[in-house]
Amino acid sequence: MIDVKDIIKPENLVFKKSKVLTDTPMHYCPGCSHGVVHNLIAEVIEEMEIQETTIGVAPVGCSVFAYNYIDIDWHEAAHGRAPAVATGIKRLMPDKFVFTYQGDGDLAAIGTAETIHACNRGENITIVFINNGIYGMTGGQMAPTTLEGMVASTCPSGRDHARDGYPIKMSDLVAQLPGTCYVTRQAVHTAGAVRKAKKAIRKAFENQKRKKGVSLVEVVSTCNSGWKMSPVDANNWMAENMFPFYPLGDLKDE
Amino acid sequence: MGKVRGAIVVDIERCKGCGLCVVACPTDTIVLADEVNGKGYHYAKMGNPEACTGCTNCAMVCPDSCITVYRLKPEKSK
Amino acid sequence: MKGNEAIAEAAIRYGVDGYFGYPITPQSEVMETLMAMRPWETTGMVVLQAESEVASINMLYGGAGSGKRVMTSSSSPGISLMQEGISYIAGAELPCVIVNVVRGGPGLGTIQPSQSDYFQAVKGGGHGDYKLIVLAPSSVQEMADFVGLAFDLAFKYRNPAMILSDGVIGQMMEKVELDEYRPRWTDEEIIEKNPWAATGKKPVRGQNIMTSLHIQAVDQENVNRRLQAKYKEMQEKEVRYETFMCDDAEYLIVAFGSAARISKKSVELAREKGIKVGLLRPITLFPFPYKEIGSYADQIKGILVPEMNAGQMIEDVKLAVNGKVDVEHYGRMGGMIFSPDEVENALEELIIGG
Ligand SMILES: Cc1ncc(C[n+]2csc(CCOP(=O)(O)OP(=O)(O)O)c2C)c(N)n1
Ligand code: SF4
Ligand code: SF4
Ligand code: SF4
Ligand SMILES: [Mg+2]
Repeated sequence: MIDVKDIIKPENLVFKKSKVLTDTPMHYCPGCSHGVVHNLIAEVIEEMEIQETTIGVAPVGCSVFAYNYIDIDWHEAAHGRAPAVATGIKRLMPDKFVFTYQGDGDLAAIGTAETIHACNRGENITIVFINNGIYGMTGGQMAPTTLEGMVASTCPSGRDHARDGYPIKMSDLVAQLPGTCYVTRQAVHTAGAVRKAKKAIRKAFENQKRKKGVSLVEVVSTCNSGWKMSPVDANNWMAENMFPFYPLGDLKDE
Repeated sequence: MGKVRGAIVVDIERCKGCGLCVVACPTDTIVLADEVNGKGYHYAKMGNPEACTGCTNCAMVCPDSCITVYRLKPEKSK
Repeated sequence: MKGNEAIAEAAIRYGVDGYFGYPITPQSEVMETLMAMRPWETTGMVVLQAESEVASINMLYGGAGSGKRVMTSSSSPGISLMQEGISYIAGAELPCVIVNVVRGGPGLGTIQPSQSDYFQAVKGGGHGDYKLIVLAPSSVQEMADFVGLAFDLAFKYRNPAMILSDGVIGQMMEKVELDEYRPRWTDEEIIEKNPWAATGKKPVRGQNIMTSLHIQAVDQENVNRRLQAKYKEMQEKEVRYETFMCDDAEYLIVAFGSAARISKKSVELAREKGIKVGLLRPITLFPFPYKEIGSYADQIKGILVPEMNAGQMIEDVKLAVNGKVDVEHYGRMGGMIFSPDEVENALEELIIGG
């Protein structure tokens, strides 16, 4: 007979919180995808042993405080400007690992120009793009990625393309640019998806050594608060509604 | 109890009771507690500890990195 | 050499690490000169044409956070676009140098020279209570010299510095003596001199986070207090100005940049007529020489402030003399430049006659 006490021993440890995560409790709503992606980035940094050589660029959005959780040097960018900030850092310190962490409003609305041009110049950076189809931080307004018919506080009867335009597929757009070397769309709603997403983030960081341009990992995510659902329902809703429009998988891998 | 091969430890005060680990667990090991933690969340715990295989699925999906997973080496878990 | 070219030459020689910019008249020669000189092959300086001034100022923000010497140059409409980034850089207390070769506005305006961005430069420009260190060159030599001075002050106070020039000085050709080449800082020197920089977290220290975000009001107020103390220290220690024939002056002209250059001739013209007038030229527009101008208040009968704008620096001159002396403005706008005669006439009409 084996007791739980006999299993919980250091030699049997198979998973624990990454050392690159701080002990600060995250401010995110329960079940928010941001936390899962933070964990993955921290694990990748830990496994690649690049904590001392990685610089993160935080966005304006719910993840504005990402620097409180991942224990590396950081830059807090203005809303949408992270790819330009990352460009400045990487151009001046080409041997450092530089990544941006951006929401969909940040990357695909106010920062569209900075995103596209950093991608087009082929900056040797990693972009982690959290697409939750909404402006989480400001209280659930419509994002450029909000699905048609999807309800948000500034389209309470659902996004109508005649008035609001169409949801934008930024990953598809930047995959067209010769300056990107790796563009992939992932999710973190199941353990299997999380494992794949981690591999993608790892690859996106490894690519900086090859100096082949931008690696962008889009993570189709939930914002259960903004969507007004439970975390579990939000994951199900995402699989049913977001994945058909934002299908998972690699868009480019060179 | 011969089938026990894995176990989890939940950092109760970090847990936000989101329930994502509960649905991610293939063996229905985890339940949300009736009690609440210091922040008022019904935290996750092993309701059915014998079932845990130490697969780490719950830890992978936990947004708040609350879960530590232990697993016995196969020879020990017979 | 042109003023704009002098900026580029001086930047390379000073050991600047990065220039990020976007073309706009009348200062495109800065980036053109840099690109032609290919400093990345000699000193290792990075030169990059950004997609907009919004991008270039944010590249500066990133570069400045690395503890390196970074700069940009632009002209009025481009500087307007940079205001968001400048506010963030000031809030995060990072050093960098921004050159504004001013042209007439508002709006797209004209490509002709102007001084109409004085308020924007010295009173904030972007959001929040912040100040730039502002240097106003009045010769091509000063365009070159102020690059190094601006960097020294920017790093001393961890604050963005602006060189507020205009199309007259940017386009003007003059002989210039350039400094010797100095090497850029090494990575080790940067870590030693700028331990605050985000150069990668080392076990010996905590995280270095470049940010202007302080969500708690008390924290934000403390940051503001620290900033204000810093600005006060600059006001006490860093005022720079030049006087010309002020010792026996009964009248004063206070002018900056190209207007000061023109006004120097006006002083000579007036002196030929026996009018005892002197010129005081603020070199730092922030910190402004309030005390120094104020010290003339008992000696003189009136002050003329000629500016190529509708009357901006005059407000600071009035503050300096605090009502003790009559202060009048003479201005041309929209890219028009006054002549020494015009200014001398204005002195006779507005100050002596008036
Ligand atoms: C210049 C500027 N405009 C607007 C805002 C307000 N604002 C803050 S976050 C945000 C949207 C964030 O949405 P997203 O990037 O999708 O991030 P999320 O919170 O969903 O993760 C907006 C509009 C701002 N901070 N700065
Ligand atoms: S509002 Fe949405 S994106 Fe923001 S923390 Fe909550 S769930 Fe996450
Ligand atoms: S996933 Fe994490 S935070 Fe959510 S209930 Fe489980 S242990 Fe708690
Ligand atoms: S380790 Fe696997 S089996 Fe054990 S509780 Fe977690 S998900 Fe369930
Ligand atoms: Mg969003």
